[in-house]
Amino acid sequence: MAQRGFLGRRRPPRDDLPPGQYDTGEDFPVLTAEVTPVIDPERWSMSVDGLVANPTTWSWAELHALPESTYAGPIHCVTTWSKFGTTFAGVSLDLLLDAAGPLPSATHVLATSTTGYTTNLPLDHLRGGQAWVAWTYDGKPLPRDHGGPARLLVPHLYFWKSAKWVTRLTLLDHDQPGFWEVNGYLNLGDPWREQRYTGD
Amino acid sequence: MTEGGDAVRPGPGPWRPATVREVWRATPSTVGLRLEVPGRVPHRPGQHYVVRLTAEDGYTASRSYSVASAPDDALLELLVERLPDGEVSSYLAEAVEVGDELEVRGPIGGWFVWDGPGRAVGIGGGTGVVPLVAMLRWARGHPELVPPGRLQLLAAARTAESLPYGAELAAYGARLVLSREASAAGRPAGRVQAEDLVRLVAPDTTYYVCGSAAFAERVSGLLVGLGVEASAVRVERFGPSG
Repeated sequence: MAQRGFLGRRRPPRDDLPPGQYDTGEDFPVLTAEVTPVIDPERWSMSVDGLVANPTTWSWAELHALPESTYAGPIHCVTTWSKFGTTFAGVSLDLLLDAAGPLPSATHVLATSTTGYTTNLPLDHLRGGQAWVAWTYDGKPLPRDHGGPARLLVPHLYFWKSAKWVTRLTLLDHDQPGFWEVNGYLNLGDPWREQRYTGD
Repeated sequence: MTEGGDAVRPGPGPWRPATVREVWRATPSTVGLRLEVPGRVPHRPGQHYVVRLTAEDGYTASRSYSVASAPDDALLELLVERLPDGEVSSYLAEAVEVGDELEVRGPIGGWFVWDGPGRAVGIGGGTGVVPLVAMLRWARGHPELVPPGRLQLLAAARTAESLPYGAELAAYGARLVLSREASAAGRPAGRVQAEDLVRLVAPDTTYYVCGSAAFAERVSGLLVGLGVEASAVRVERFGPSG
């Protein structure tokens, strides 16, 4: 069904724009569904627990003592905007998962934020250089409204999976739907397969 | 915030054709659309829909808009804010006529919803009042389910002229907060302050804050400053939605 006279304001086509997405350009929208918390990094920590050999907690300083790792590339929001040319730095989840030692039975991860926000991911989508705990954006400390002091970053999935204010990853032997996953979004959220809403 | 115990709710289903039945200019920068959508799933007050436009060559663009109508309204009412250079909103605001067909998908969102029975306070800025209007219409239409006072509203805008649904909100008893002029009820010009909110704060209440990211940040911060638990505040921030 075409709309009479609708041309669109399309940017030059690019093959790295997933289906149904548009390039938001310079904008970096904030769409969090809860109150932005105030978090003192000195009192924040990052834990990996659940089905692991060595449940481990890192302080802000301990995490920063690990080798830093950078992601440069696009991010994709389920509300149809994509943003290109982003740069985040932090620590690769590979380092944290290797330290904790996932048990063979671990298949999924539930990420939890200081706010209580949760989101679920398959473990194999967090390994192999695909995911980070990030604390800078564009070379500067991650702003509070974008998840600062630290957020999960899983840029190959829709961005609701990249939990802001992340504080804990719990490894599970089953998929446990998180906040948006019980409120209408899908469990995986692959932008290239347009896995947006329940039923897609 | 509590979650995890809910059953997964049904999804929004497929794209559906929607016939435009009414178009009107709600404020200088917004247009109201009332759509007939055969076979649609009833929404809950606070949910939104996605509108998709398709060009002759198959190019598509889609954006999300909150629903203003109550679930039992025969038509689906959306309010579109015309953004500068808005790819979708400028077409909806300038080119759409009664009888045109669009495509819509929804309802979407299972968090920013209220249809009773708990006590609720809605605080909207600008077009952020739209989901609150759906709640208001539901409450007004179902006094047997929603006793008076269970839903209280505050609506903020620069001027009365720029506030969508201003008359309807005022008639319901919403407190109007205008930053550039005094309200008809005599509130002086100025942004939302703690003293506007303190009279709405009560135990066992869920707060629904909707507006721009800056508005949502300010209001949710004021609520927390008044002692409201962050987990009692549900926020809907508007992103660019051209």
